[in-house]
Amino acid sequence: MKPRILLGTLVLLTACEREQRRFQELPAAARPAARDVQVSELQPGPVAAPPSEPAPATRAASEDNAYDVSEGKRLYVWFNCAGCHAAGGGGGMGPPLLDAKWRYGSEPENIYATIVEGRPNGMPSFRGKIPDTQVWQLVAYVRSMSGLLKKDVAPGRSDTLNTRPSESSKARETPRPEEVEQPR
Amino acid sequence: MSYRSRLPPLVLAGLFLLTPGCKKEGGAHPSSAQASSNLPAGTTKPDASKLAEDDGQWLTASKDAANTRYSRLKDIHAGNVKDLKLAWTWSTGLVRGHEAAPLVVGGTMYVVTPYPNRLVALDLTKEGAPVKWTYEPAPSPSAQGVACCDVVNRGAAYADGRLFYNTLDAHTVAVDAQTGKELWKTKLGDINKGETMTMAPLVVRDRVIVGNSGGEMGVRGWAAGLDTKTGAIAWRAMSTGPDADVLIGPHFKPFYASDQGKDLGVRTWPPDQWKIGGGSVWGWVSYDAALDLVFYGTGNPGPWNPDQRPGDNKWTCGIFARRPSTGEAVWFYQWSPHDLYDHDGINESIVADLTVDGKPRQVLIHPGRTGYVYVLDRATGQVLSATPFGHITTSTGVDLKTGRLQPVPGMETGFDKTIRGICPAAPGSKDWSPSAFNPETGMLYIPGNNLCEDAQGYEANYIAGTPYVGMNTKMYAGPGGNRGEFIGWDVAAGKKVFGIPEKFPVWSGVVVTAGDVAFYGTMDGWFKAVHARTGQELWKFKVGSGIIGQPITFRGPDGKQYVSVLSGVGGWAGAIVSGELDPRDDNIALGFGGAMKDLPQNTTRGGMLYTFALP
Repeated sequence: MKPRILLGTLVLLTACEREQRRFQELPAAARPAARDVQVSELQPGPVAAPPSEPAPATRAASEDNAYDVSEGKRLYVWFNCAGCHAAGGGGGMGPPLLDAKWRYGSEPENIYATIVEGRPNGMPSFRGKIPDTQVWQLVAYVRSMSGLLKKDVAPGRSDTLNTRPSESSKARETPRPEEVEQPR
Repeated sequence: MSYRSRLPPLVLAGLFLLTPGCKKEGGAHPSSAQASSNLPAGTTKPDASKLAEDDGQWLTASKDAANTRYSRLKDIHAGNVKDLKLAWTWSTGLVRGHEAAPLVVGGTMYVVTPYPNRLVALDLTKEGAPVKWTYEPAPSPSAQGVACCDVVNRGAAYADGRLFYNTLDAHTVAVDAQTGKELWKTKLGDINKGETMTMAPLVVRDRVIVGNSGGEMGVRGWAAGLDTKTGAIAWRAMSTGPDADVLIGPHFKPFYASDQGKDLGVRTWPPDQWKIGGGSVWGWVSYDAALDLVFYGTGNPGPWNPDQRPGDNKWTCGIFARRPSTGEAVWFYQWSPHDLYDHDGINESIVADLTVDGKPRQVLIHPGRTGYVYVLDRATGQVLSATPFGHITTSTGVDLKTGRLQPVPGMETGFDKTIRGICPAAPGSKDWSPSAFNPETGMLYIPGNNLCEDAQGYEANYIAGTPYVGMNTKMYAGPGGNRGEFIGWDVAAGKKVFGIPEKFPVWSGVVVTAGDVAFYGTMDGWFKAVHARTGQELWKFKVGSGIIGQPITFRGPDGKQYVSVLSGVGGWAGAIVSGELDPRDDNIALGFGGAMKDLPQNTTRGGMLYTFALP
């Protein structure tokens, strides 16, 4: 019996973030703020130190939690993200989410801003349409598509017609800015 | 000495065009020099239908009101087309799909670009056809986010010194053909409901006929007739809803019983589903002056998942005949009631006179997405024949007694089931890409697809301005492995005369000439001339980017015959290249991209106009 208990404890210890269920939203102050990140490399004047990273705890809130990511996967279809970015994130009306290229930044805060504020060349603003917690769940799922989450958190299966290998088997795509020839 | 060679042809054309106007205006006789330089001028108001008879020009995207894309020019013919050479090119500077037909009016060519929908006038009277002016309608950039299948535009229409076309953010504009000045701009739709406009208008007398796109976004489809002078909306006919909205009145006489009855646009839907039921009007409009009827098709019902909309879903996936002045409906026929596969009914319906079973008949010829070439009586909407031209596993034919497409049991898509081997796939055996018809030979030239798909339905949520589809699809090549075919079709006999397999779907338009040559382009960038009777390849030229545009032919101010086409891959079929989609996902571009994974290795993007002539 002893080894089993030990093993169980070990699993619980390593997987507690992954399995945690929160029944209350994080207070607003605990959430990362979009102003902490920038999408352009250019900064007028002397180059300042890079902006401070948001507290890891808040960033991890959704990203280290398997339930949040699987909820994000459900919401990705539910809010019709899949209609534009394709069921597997390969893109269509909207750009791919599966690849390394990011037009408006790959950090969770960037993606949060993209969903809530919209972007000028077609991304709608979902401000006031999606509860904040669900936006963060979507952000986490979107990042899982290009392998930016831990393997044990990213979904391993789909309930629908598979159009590409699972998120958990996705190799990490090192994010880089998309070179956009059009529009200006 | 030939008649043509005694006078410069354009002068001759000008005199011919001026003649009716001169009579009206009491015998003014402008000099022939004026005539040649001022063809589209405001002082001469040649009748649009007369102009359409002039093969030297190309005045509306589909060439003429009948939508033939047939030109009587034959200086370039099957015997000498092998010598065709590049005359000049012009870059649009844009990288998305270029689906438009250029227009030629007098000594000017007009090109409508994809978003941002610039209208550019090129001066054909000068060497190298320099730009005369550019008109910029400045559509909302956000419109790009609700354009289902790339930010394309299919072209303009010319009448009475004006050019008319649609912008992606759902406006119709009229532009002075001489100066490039905007004459009016009318807002027709709302991008926040997912409405865009991509189709090429048709002008009938004092009406510009237009329609909306957005069948994948849960829009409610409509066609509208605008006043050519003011841009005022004279009528708007919805594709779903109560008869009053559909402009169905006492003169509506559909041929088949299933289209007869009150408010079918409401009663063939679950409650209120018709309000977001699709039936967009994004394809071709044709017109028959003798019957005074315009004909246009309606798009797929929304969402694609058919289990969310039990019923026949009128008036989607069908064809309306209407009065151009009032929009009043005269008849309707439904290609695919309760559409299961996104088989929009918007393909061209070509006005032609044919001998069917020994009798002369006034018909419409419609190579449809369902995979059949339909021949309809254009006065009544009766189906005279529906002959398969593609590989079909989804239906067994059309019952000529009831007019109804006969679906194959077990192939119905819907909730929580995966149906495999659906042929034709969603884009059909032929999509919007227009065919050409030679009325002299009765031959139809079909730019075809050979695609099948697997499809799984799921619950689509309606959120205005976002996709409303509810169907996961993966497409792949049909039998034979060639994803496209260019087909020569004898309409009266209902027989394929020749078929040219193409690696990719043939997504370009076609032009056929009295010189027995048919021109089309391929998605891997070949512009081809084939013998119109045999399909034998006579000439080809490799352009910079895959062709999804509509080729045209015209007589230049120098009297020579030219052939022009826009290259610039994209559209639904080419979105994988124009939108730089990720080929690791089979579902890209609503499943189409899965069948096009090797396109990026075969072509790159970039819009360029090519014009060819004999040396």
